[in-house]
Amino acid sequence: MGSSSRLASGGRINRDRPLRFRFNGKDYQGFEGDTLASALLANGVRVTARSFKYHRPRGIVGHGPEEPATLVELEGEDASGNRPATTVVLCEGLRAHSVNCWPSPDFDLGGISQLFARFIPAGFYYKTFKWPGWHLFEPSIRKAAGLAAAPATPPASGHFEARHAHADVLVAGAGPAGLKAALEAGRAGKRVFLADEGTEAGGSLLNRALTISARPAMDWVAEAVAELHGMKNVTHLQNATVWAYREHNLLIVNERSPEQDNILERSWRVRAGEVVIATGATERAMVFSGNDRPGVMLAASVQAYVNRWGVAPGKRVALFTNNNSAYAVAADLAAAGVIVTAILDSRKNVPPEALELVPDLPVHTATVAAGIFGHKRVRAVLAAPVSGGTPKWIRCDVLAHSGGWNPTVHLWSQSRSSLRYDEGIAAFLPDRAAQTCRAVGAAAGDLTLDRIVDGGADLPYAIEPLWRVDVPVQRGRAFLDIQNDVSVSDAQLALREGYSNVEHVKRYTTGGMGIDQGKTGNINIIGTVAMQQGVPLPQVGTTTFRAPYTPVSFGAIGGLREDSVLFPYRHTPVTQWNKDNGAVMYEAGARWRRPGYFPNPGENLQEAVNRECRAVREGVGVYDGSPLGTFELKGRDVPKFLDFIYSNVMSSLQPGDGRYGLMLSDDGLILDDGVAFRLDDHRWMISTSTGHADAVNQHMEKLLQTEFPGWQVMITTVTSQWNNATICGPRAREVMQALGTDIDLSPQAFPFMSLRDGTVAGFPARVVRVSFTGELSYEVNVAPRNMAALWDKVMEAGAPFGILPVGSESSHVLRVEKGFLSLGHEVDGTVDAYDLGMGWAMSKKKPDYLGKRSVMLRRAGGATRRELVGILPKDPDQQIPEGAPLTPGGHKQATEGLVTACVWSVVNRRWVGLALLENGQARHGETAHVRLRDAVIPVTVTEPVFHDPDGTRLRS
Amino acid sequence: MLLIPCPLCGKRSESEFIHGGPVGADRPDPNAVSDAEWVDYLTVAPNPLGPVQEKWWHARGCGEWLTIWRDTRTHDIVEAPDGIK
Repeated sequence: MGSSSRLASGGRINRDRPLRFRFNGKDYQGFEGDTLASALLANGVRVTARSFKYHRPRGIVGHGPEEPATLVELEGEDASGNRPATTVVLCEGLRAHSVNCWPSPDFDLGGISQLFARFIPAGFYYKTFKWPGWHLFEPSIRKAAGLAAAPATPPASGHFEARHAHADVLVAGAGPAGLKAALEAGRAGKRVFLADEGTEAGGSLLNRALTISARPAMDWVAEAVAELHGMKNVTHLQNATVWAYREHNLLIVNERSPEQDNILERSWRVRAGEVVIATGATERAMVFSGNDRPGVMLAASVQAYVNRWGVAPGKRVALFTNNNSAYAVAADLAAAGVIVTAILDSRKNVPPEALELVPDLPVHTATVAAGIFGHKRVRAVLAAPVSGGTPKWIRCDVLAHSGGWNPTVHLWSQSRSSLRYDEGIAAFLPDRAAQTCRAVGAAAGDLTLDRIVDGGADLPYAIEPLWRVDVPVQRGRAFLDIQNDVSVSDAQLALREGYSNVEHVKRYTTGGMGIDQGKTGNINIIGTVAMQQGVPLPQVGTTTFRAPYTPVSFGAIGGLREDSVLFPYRHTPVTQWNKDNGAVMYEAGARWRRPGYFPNPGENLQEAVNRECRAVREGVGVYDGSPLGTFELKGRDVPKFLDFIYSNVMSSLQPGDGRYGLMLSDDGLILDDGVAFRLDDHRWMISTSTGHADAVNQHMEKLLQTEFPGWQVMITTVTSQWNNATICGPRAREVMQALGTDIDLSPQAFPFMSLRDGTVAGFPARVVRVSFTGELSYEVNVAPRNMAALWDKVMEAGAPFGILPVGSESSHVLRVEKGFLSLGHEVDGTVDAYDLGMGWAMSKKKPDYLGKRSVMLRRAGGATRRELVGILPKDPDQQIPEGAPLTPGGHKQATEGLVTACVWSVVNRRWVGLALLENGQARHGETAHVRLRDAVIPVTVTEPVFHDPDGTRLRS
Repeated sequence: MLLIPCPLCGKRSESEFIHGGPVGADRPDPNAVSDAEWVDYLTVAPNPLGPVQEKWWHARGCGEWLTIWRDTRTHDIVEAPDGIK
């Protein structure tokens, strides 16, 4: 074994199950039941970390989530960073290394920075690296100061899971108070959710040698757990941290290593009727010179290592305290055969019941620790009388200190419940509850077992607060926050520089902002501020407690809700055909997957797009228009409603006819564009752009339910009830005839912007003559079950005419050639219908519709508007990047517009573009200039249409 | 995450809802108000420290638009909802 620090017996470890592990490149052995911290201590490893800023050597300080010093990065398949070694459960083959040191904590090159420590006071970086910008220096400074790196790959051995639960009572913490509360609620038949962060129930009883009714306290715990497990209405989780308390009693619980092998962590969202906060108390550190040296540990943690893990962190331990709890520690140490060389107590009068526990140990009253001898391990402590007498060195290899106890009020505070300062225990206590919750046990200030469980025997608690040691013999830094290297002098500097509020002191010094969130040290910062300002401590107040209580992995928060699981892709029945035919698939708004283009072997994007566009312009093409948002509106008041939400008049449409329209929001901006068709007197069908379907649905429902609840309009989303193949091109009619239809296709019987029901290729179909390409188009809508078959028949019937499938790249080219709008390109939240040359869509007849007043108001101001124009680069082979700015004369001055689209036009055999340009409608024929970083491109301003300006082709 | 009482579905988690903003003044007749009054209607929303009536859409539930009175200091829902108006 060679583990000199492991006691011969005792501890809640399984000595029959040795576990091998590796730390900083060296192999060690521990036992089942160990944490990484207890196993390192058992192996005599004292220097386990280097500090954040000064790279000072650090050891293990605590035994749980309060650990401020030793953060490790786990290696291997399930790598994770910045884990306190005290919370890493040892397992076979575990590999870990310390963060923030290189090559090892014993020999750390970064340690030279502590030589410059007096040049790196609080705020040093902010003051020094402010020109030309902090962000230039931040990455390298972060790296130098840094913590662990984020794992490069997701965990390999499992996944994260989320679950929801409801409970009458949620109990946070399975110590004596939590178990008691869970038992009471469980016996009353309530649904109980009991969650505890430790590997086993018991809380502080695991670490102490207490009795309940003259029997070991852990017997009582075992009986309580057994009774709870017999209740069907009780859910009891260990390894489960309640880390957030949200509104309306929602609590978030992170369960680690649940029973299933394939689940790494599980995130519970529990809505509770009542919350019982039984989170215990956290020991706080003493602030004195050298209090960060390896071997300076929290007293209760030393006790825990002895009792729970059978490890003596030192052979000769000295204690330093201001309260009674350390006397029980001393008694347990002595019982385990550890030499206690001294108990330094800052109090003049130590209660006799404390002294009675340690009759044979040397107690120095009114004495403080004023210094530590030893660099990488403690060799002696300087015991200085408070009154100023001669200090003396006392030999020890561990100094165990206790500054008193803080009720763990994190969850209580997160619930917005208030705190009050209690003079009796010199700590902040739960006061008024803001939600349905109560604190019990140590979390409520009942720090001894006799006040929690009947028959519990414990040493009464008494304390005289000591926020920091203040004797003249003291030399060297005294740390308030060990993790972030914040010393007393940093806090004093912050106060001198005017950061008088404790929240400002925290941010300026970063005290309490580490991974441990200052669990052991924050109170001393508050105390230091109070001492410095000469005010009582409650007047300083606490900083705000925020979630998470302990670090939570991003994986646990996200669970399975990543990307395609959270927002599944939407597919049409043609997806498989598209893939089989070599489509490059794009995402086309609202998570729809659509073909971008269909390259032939050896063809690049531009070649494929040109081929597809030529088919539409010269022959025939077909695209799958199913993702377009489609709604059916039914009811007596639909015409009135449509007239209100569209800027033009829809109510005058006759059954079978449709109209293109703009939807505005009431602030006059363009919300969406689309077409509306009247099916019969009371039924209408409207389409929206693919990406805005949900927003338009919300818009319409909100108006109907909140503004016009009396109007008879019912809205049904039918996007997925109708799929369509849109056949477009001069030969589209011939393809329709070849497919076979009972609809009269002549332009007189079935003109542009009308709709006919009938059959196409044997399928019941609704055929709509709209066009987004500028060519003769038939949108053949069928039920989704018939879509794939219809598509096959279209390709078959169209083959003699050279039909090609058309992707969204070509659709973009075709609409730009026609000057048709695209939301997000030409419509960007600043333009109105007049800017787009669509003033005709703004009804003059209707007295009111959404957006009318605002558009008129804005235009009445007479400000220069950016208006839609076409642009032709002087050099026809010159492409212009979309989004490029236009400046007057191409000079380096304020822009007068931007290029919204630029495509290779197959009909014009040149690059053409659309742009928004100041006063553009009056500037047709003029030359404007696109200004790029390294070029100025002259362009001719034109009408925003490059093909069939009269629309004869789309009406044909 | 709030627990929002839907008049049709009962108390449901906020994640099922979409926030619709505070309930402001009724939309005035745009032809009967001054420019300033119209701009106020569009841009000035109630934002009290305390109870505010706001609209929520039960989009991932029954589709109902409802209102609640929510205390902006505490998130307490201080009055049961009614269907709007």
